[in-house]
Amino acid sequence: MSIATCRVDTMDEQDKFALLTQVIEEYERKPSNLIQVLHYAQSIFGFVGADVQRVIAQKMDLPLAKITGVLTFYSFFSTAPRGRHIISVCLGTACFIRGGQPILDHLKEILGIDVGETTEDQRFSLEIRRCIGACGMGPSLIIDEQVFKRLNVSGIEQILDEFE
Amino acid sequence: MIRLTINNKAIEVPEGTSILEAAKANSILIPNLCYLEDVQKIGSCRICVVEVKGMPNLQASCVTNVKEGMVVHTNSQRVRKARRVIYELILSDHPTDCLICERNQACELQTLGEILQVGETRFSGERSKIIVDDSSLAVVRDHDKCILCRRCVTTCNEIQGVRILDMIHRGFASTISTGLELPLGETSCTNCGQCVNVCPVGALKEKDATEMVWEALQDPERTVIVQTAPAVRVALGEEFGLEPGSNVTGKMAASLWDLGFDHVFDTNFAADLTIIEEGTELLQRLITNLYLDGVITEEQVKKTGIEPLTEKVALPMITSCSPGWIKYAEHYFPDQLEHISTCKSPHMMLGALIKSHFAEISGIDPDKMFVVSIMPCTAKKFEANREELRNDGRKNVDAVLTTRELAKMIKDAGIDFLNLQDRDFENPLGISTGAADIFGVTGGVMEAALRTVYEIVTGRELPFEGLHVGPMMGLDRIKSATVTIENPTEAFSFLDGAEVGIASTSGLAGAATLLAEIKEGKSPYTFIEIMGCPGGCISGGGQPRMTSEETRIKRMKGIYTEDESKTLRKSHENPFITKIYEEFLEKPLGHKSHELLHTHYIKRKKY
Repeated sequence: MSIATCRVDTMDEQDKFALLTQVIEEYERKPSNLIQVLHYAQSIFGFVGADVQRVIAQKMDLPLAKITGVLTFYSFFSTAPRGRHIISVCLGTACFIRGGQPILDHLKEILGIDVGETTEDQRFSLEIRRCIGACGMGPSLIIDEQVFKRLNVSGIEQILDEFE
Repeated sequence: MIRLTINNKAIEVPEGTSILEAAKANSILIPNLCYLEDVQKIGSCRICVVEVKGMPNLQASCVTNVKEGMVVHTNSQRVRKARRVIYELILSDHPTDCLICERNQACELQTLGEILQVGETRFSGERSKIIVDDSSLAVVRDHDKCILCRRCVTTCNEIQGVRILDMIHRGFASTISTGLELPLGETSCTNCGQCVNVCPVGALKEKDATEMVWEALQDPERTVIVQTAPAVRVALGEEFGLEPGSNVTGKMAASLWDLGFDHVFDTNFAADLTIIEEGTELLQRLITNLYLDGVITEEQVKKTGIEPLTEKVALPMITSCSPGWIKYAEHYFPDQLEHISTCKSPHMMLGALIKSHFAEISGIDPDKMFVVSIMPCTAKKFEANREELRNDGRKNVDAVLTTRELAKMIKDAGIDFLNLQDRDFENPLGISTGAADIFGVTGGVMEAALRTVYEIVTGRELPFEGLHVGPMMGLDRIKSATVTIENPTEAFSFLDGAEVGIASTSGLAGAATLLAEIKEGKSPYTFIEIMGCPGGCISGGGQPRMTSEETRIKRMKGIYTEDESKTLRKSHENPFITKIYEEFLEKPLGHKSHELLHTHYIKRKKY
């Protein structure tokens, strides 16, 4: 997936759709490979929008409702453009008990968005995760691929400043 | 056989039976909700849970099969308590405005409440979003009332193969919706209404036309004319407590007169007319291709009296009466549309005739006419609004009421339906033959067409017992047969020994199979009948709920009984059909026919 991410930065829409078609071919249009195809689609386009869903449905001969159903079931997928940085707040049991919820509430307040939304300047998108495997060091969150541990509400703004 | 005990009763059932079905077969009813015989067993709602000895958790009886020596309790305190909690949880996210819900007293959730006698609802909390989607011309979705049982999803995907509905989102946010959560009216929904028929609550319903019809009936300026489809008369009685398949033709006509319609006609008349037009179209397609391929000479063509077309035409030809099927074809098989007969569906034909021929002979201004069709169908509501189904700018049909909607109006008007004296339809557009009756059931249009076409070609009656084409009857998904033409008349002598492949299917999943064959150039048929709903119009999306296999069979029998009771059973024997050609239409496929009785189709997108 990271390879696709590197290549797509310089691609135009047409090339992106060509790459998506190639991915679908590689997965032999098998319905059981839908999730992998959707992962690639999200890497290529940044999100899985209406046009992309239509193309996947058509090429894999799957109902459009099935594609939308799978996409909206898993929180990893986004059907709308996302921000430059993705904040994922862990709300697994351990992080939740250690204060994950106030961290999330604070983020919502300072960013002015709800979970699943993106700031107007496209800087941040806010998501929640169910356990990122850092239970001993909660509450924790991930921004892009960087993990922040043992958080408290007062230190949040300082962390966000690191991301443009 | 498997032996087990349910509620201490020793029973024996075949292997593979679910506990729910085993219980039912032995007079033990287990309350259930999402389960639907022949359609869905998924254990989603959990209402049907039972206690199975040795299993720590309660089991959903619709998805748990019986095992040798199983000990089951369906009404222990533990089960009753759990069932009530589950019911209360469902209610916690369901409106309780039952008195003003259109499913009042006909709601499965309400009935369940009566069975369970839940005295209180202890859970109150956040409610799902209230969204009403009335973008479709046929079907309205009220998410607020949806209990997420998924019957509509299963029906749309597996029975109809239309596949536009699915579960969208997750957890509390889950809803039944379409791809991209588009409004229904913007999807490739065929408007068949099979989802409406299986909905246990008020979440799916037809788009109301009753108010529009009431208004027209009250308007002294307007002449309100009604027509009724063949399948309505064997189902309408169910709304008044009669057995499915009970024939209420006379009471139905009487109730329409009592409702104040100015003229009461019968769509069946136009069904007979359809047979003449469609039968001639089939012969024309055959003759055209034989002539252009050089198999028959111009001389031979002339003897048949049928004018060939100038270009080769698509075969097999497919029937066009079912608007659910038509919209399905437009979305899913846009390149095969030329296979579909150009005949309008019967009620649109009749509408066109009412506003032209009948207007002429009665002297009524067609602009003051309001034509209402009573249909077993939700897709007809969309069809009536098609731009291409207008003549002189006027809609052929102004409003379509489903069988259910007519029943509502009859009740609302205070008409004592069961005690009505039978009355007749009006002439000339109210007389029909038995061939028209069977339009309402799968295989019926094919049989009706064969009764006429075979006789045109051979001069003899269709050689099947009781005029019934056995292989086309019944509820199998796809039925096929070969009719061999023997000793045709001299005009059709070139067809001697010809084997004509025919097929009929009902339900859109079967249509997909037959169309795929055509697409691949492998279809062995000359003539195909397709009806959009499983079993045909008898189980249309506008018929009384629920349509089980048993209901279908009873309605089917009702239709065949009606056919057999008629003296005239072949469309070409209808004296008023002969008359309308003499006085108005001139000849089948003639200029007037093309203008009033035929149409074209539109290529649409699948996604």
